[in-house]
Amino acid sequence: MKEDLVLPVPRQSDSGADSEPLLEVSGLTKHFPVKGGFPIRRTVGHVQAVDGIDLTVGVGESFGLVGESGCGKSTTGRLITRLLEPTSGKITYRGRDISHASRAQLAPIRSEIQMIFQDPYSSLNPRQTVGRIISNPMEINGIEPEGGREKRVRELLEIVGLNPEHYNRFPHEFSGGQRQRIGVARALALSPKLIVADEPVSALDVSIQAQVVNLLQEVQKELGIAFLFIAHDLAVVRHFSQRVAVMYLGKIIEVGDRDSIYTRPRHPYTHALLSAVPEVNLTDDDSAGRERIRLAGDVPSPISPPSGCRFRTRCWKAQDRCATEEPPLIQISGNHTGHLTACHFPEEPTIEARDEDIVLDPALAALEEGEN
Amino acid sequence: MLRFLVRRFLGAVVILFLLSIVTFLMFFGMPRDPALLMCGKTCNPQSLANIHHVLGLDKSVPEQYWIFLHNLVTGSDQFAQGPCPAPCFGYSYHTNEQVWGTLMDRLPTTVSLTLGGAVCFLIVGLGTGLLAAWRRGTLIDKAATAGAMVLSSMQIYFLGPLALAILVYQTHWFDKPAYNDFTADPFTWFTGLILPWVVLSTIFAAQYTRMARSSMIEQLQEEHVRTARAKGMSRQYVFFRYAWRGSLIPIVTIFGIDLGALLGGAIITEYTFSLPGLGQLAVQSVFFSDLPLLLGVMLFSASMILLFNIIVDACYAFIDPRVRLA
Amino acid sequence: MTTLTKEAGVPSPAGAGPLLSVRDLHVSFKTEDGIVRAVDGLSFDLMRGRTLGIVGESGSGKSVTNLTVLGLHNPMFTTVEGEILLDGQELTTARESEMEKLRGNKMAMIFQDPLTALSPYYTVGRQIAEPYMKHNGASKRAAWDRTVEMLGKVGIPHPKERAKDYPHQFSGGMRQRAMIAMALVCDPDLLIADEPTTALDVTVQAQILDLLKDLQQEFGTGIVFITHDLGVIADMADDIMVMYAGSAVERGTVDEVLRSPQHPYTWGLLNSMPRIDSALDTPLSPIPGTPPSLLNPPSGCRFHPRCTFQDRVSGSGRCASERPLLAPDRASACHLTAEQKRTIFIDEIKPRLGQG
Repeated sequence: MKEDLVLPVPRQSDSGADSEPLLEVSGLTKHFPVKGGFPIRRTVGHVQAVDGIDLTVGVGESFGLVGESGCGKSTTGRLITRLLEPTSGKITYRGRDISHASRAQLAPIRSEIQMIFQDPYSSLNPRQTVGRIISNPMEINGIEPEGGREKRVRELLEIVGLNPEHYNRFPHEFSGGQRQRIGVARALALSPKLIVADEPVSALDVSIQAQVVNLLQEVQKELGIAFLFIAHDLAVVRHFSQRVAVMYLGKIIEVGDRDSIYTRPRHPYTHALLSAVPEVNLTDDDSAGRERIRLAGDVPSPISPPSGCRFRTRCWKAQDRCATEEPPLIQISGNHTGHLTACHFPEEPTIEARDEDIVLDPALAALEEGEN
Repeated sequence: MLRFLVRRFLGAVVILFLLSIVTFLMFFGMPRDPALLMCGKTCNPQSLANIHHVLGLDKSVPEQYWIFLHNLVTGSDQFAQGPCPAPCFGYSYHTNEQVWGTLMDRLPTTVSLTLGGAVCFLIVGLGTGLLAAWRRGTLIDKAATAGAMVLSSMQIYFLGPLALAILVYQTHWFDKPAYNDFTADPFTWFTGLILPWVVLSTIFAAQYTRMARSSMIEQLQEEHVRTARAKGMSRQYVFFRYAWRGSLIPIVTIFGIDLGALLGGAIITEYTFSLPGLGQLAVQSVFFSDLPLLLGVMLFSASMILLFNIIVDACYAFIDPRVRLA
Repeated sequence: MTTLTKEAGVPSPAGAGPLLSVRDLHVSFKTEDGIVRAVDGLSFDLMRGRTLGIVGESGSGKSVTNLTVLGLHNPMFTTVEGEILLDGQELTTARESEMEKLRGNKMAMIFQDPLTALSPYYTVGRQIAEPYMKHNGASKRAAWDRTVEMLGKVGIPHPKERAKDYPHQFSGGMRQRAMIAMALVCDPDLLIADEPTTALDVTVQAQILDLLKDLQQEFGTGIVFITHDLGVIADMADDIMVMYAGSAVERGTVDEVLRSPQHPYTWGLLNSMPRIDSALDTPLSPIPGTPPSLLNPPSGCRFHPRCTFQDRVSGSGRCASERPLLAPDRASACHLTAEQKRTIFIDEIKPRLGQG
């Protein structure tokens, strides 16, 4: 990693939730139709991939979106970059409603919102040189930077820690981590204000993953680019994001600044998620420790999600009310400002071990019962 | 399953309907008048108009199409040659015979040729392919692959006459290819068809060898096949139970297409060996601008292809439980 | 987390020697580009009822090693040298029919992706019953009963009915449970788990890991657990072996390796991994460079081109010329002196790992 980062256009601003919103999303919904029926095929149901979420990303802020597969985090990213058309809801970018903007209307904004994808192997055209790949967005948007596109590409290669001499190489000549750097350079080519990064490091080896995380963090901080960082790895999201939203079955169930989510979570699902992360305990004392919660089964199908609170079918605190009344995403008493939780019966704001583990998995419960 | 069949058969009817329209339009778009062929040397405008009237060609194209459809569904006794029960394609311009009857006369030849050939090329082709996959990388595999490569680049119009010249006319090892009715004398039926079978299946078998080999090799690298080995199942068991099941899908797909196409008329094979099947009929109908015969052969061939398409899709569901028919 | 203590678990049955013993294993493949030395001089032992965690990145040889133990490598393109002893029986030279009797019976394996690792063409029940019938000569009826029992044990609800379902009708977590049931149906002594939770969601992963630990207690299975995730290893294993470019670079108990690691590569791994309780707003310290090609591995210590400590080794160029050896038991394959390893870790590495 280069220490002295050359910054072309520094657009530093106070980051954080308090700053002016860059992106505002309200009631965002995406339902994918499920076809079936006889004799004429018709829509018989919907996969409720994203079902009414609100979120705000400030200028230069890094916002993390975590959740397990099927929670709708990737769909959210694709909706915000308008690779998908929202079913309903509103996406406002710098005060402009882009929820249903046409291609032509989106053109000026396209350059400001960029995306980085998970798979560094399939997201780069194998028949184009690195130079072509990175200069492509400039060409499409008719941008002619000072000193020419090639100079800019070389600059970008340097920023992402690649050798500018590799301008004429093809993607297959690079390793996975280097390819992801090319993806980052491509995203930076248009000096974006917002980058949606969908699992940008999940396909990489641990040692390489850290290189790319550091690069993204430098880019975010030094260039003042806002990030919507989508990942399933809670530790990576924590490392990268100032604010974090937790998604479950198409809904945001808890959102707040990093500390609130990771050390004072209130939603039972956030507790379960955090307790499930396997951790290396590097301290020499075995005291304290984290709580142990083992849920039962997998996430239910988003085609027919549970009524009321979507987590209730796997929740140890669920009561009748949870089935009938959907909990609103609000700041419950005891939370910091901006820490919102959607739960009728929130947990204590701590992740310390409890008196008794919560083991809902019947097989585990049975096996552990036998031991004691 | 029933739903699937009903839906697919309805779809097939729509396709056949569209195909008949296209055939009709193309026929009338051609700068050829079938009546001229029938008119002969002493042709004058009067007799030509007369023939046009007899064939119904003096009516407008939509009207003719409507009469065709009507006859097809209900039959007709308006023809000078005699009654024509449904499905009625009319009478051939050239032979004056009922088209449906002609089709049915020619069908046994094509079915005998095709099914016999298919049995041969499946057994030889798949057998060789499986053997090559089982002994991958050995001399057997290399020989099978090379042989299949050479044979599949051959053509029937080369191999057929060659085989005739050597095996029939020079050495007299085989009978001259001919179609004899199976019910009358199964033995001559067999001896008459054996050479066409051999030639047809040689070329197809090569293709199936390559396909079976490559799809088995691909399946053997599947993770679930490795899991089965990790459970201690023997190599034979894994080969025939796990890998074979998966490689059936591409094989069934191609086989369905091939069989449908062959049943619709193995044109070159039939021509090469002078077998009076549907393929010969197809060539004849085009040659003589014989509209009723052309429609009959076209729709019959298309029906065969569509039928086998449906059968193939139904087979998928039996092979792979993930496929749900709807 | 209240860990399940394994030490008190299973009394070691007959035979005090190691269950699995790998001695100086070399595995190489012939490819179009040349010979890939996937495993290059690897030795380790696994005792009964214990769990050995093998950590390494892609291309470290960890998966190849275990496919070789099961004899699932392709003999046409693979050369295997060295010894693999399972309960004293030599496996590298064993006949295929011998291996078939051991696989699924005495040693079993769980793969990473249960969707592709289970056959889509047969019911889950049939796939579990197959090895039981083969190895125990059980009747269909008895095998089916055993299958249903195993499915129940791994936590599949309504096992009687679900046994008749196909894998695609199961959810991801349920599939991996079925896979575990299949591996344990013959009560093997050795279970090799190759990244068994990498494809799963984190809450499901936690369930599966605990399930494996609990089942190990009940069955007394020795487990070789392969993963790239140090957190999972810390949770699962008794002993750790860190692999890099085809050989082991460090080994010891979980506490030894994670709390006082000695090898620069292990330091690098720990430093580059964000943890849920690590200090905030300090950049990670990645290992520079990329893993080497095994077609043409670096001379001497395989890690030296990426190592930031090689200039501290006495004797110039030693790292590039002389390959450091890995002693048995607690050890690391590095030319740094024991004292250097200790002080570098305490003074330079540990502070960067800072607890948050």
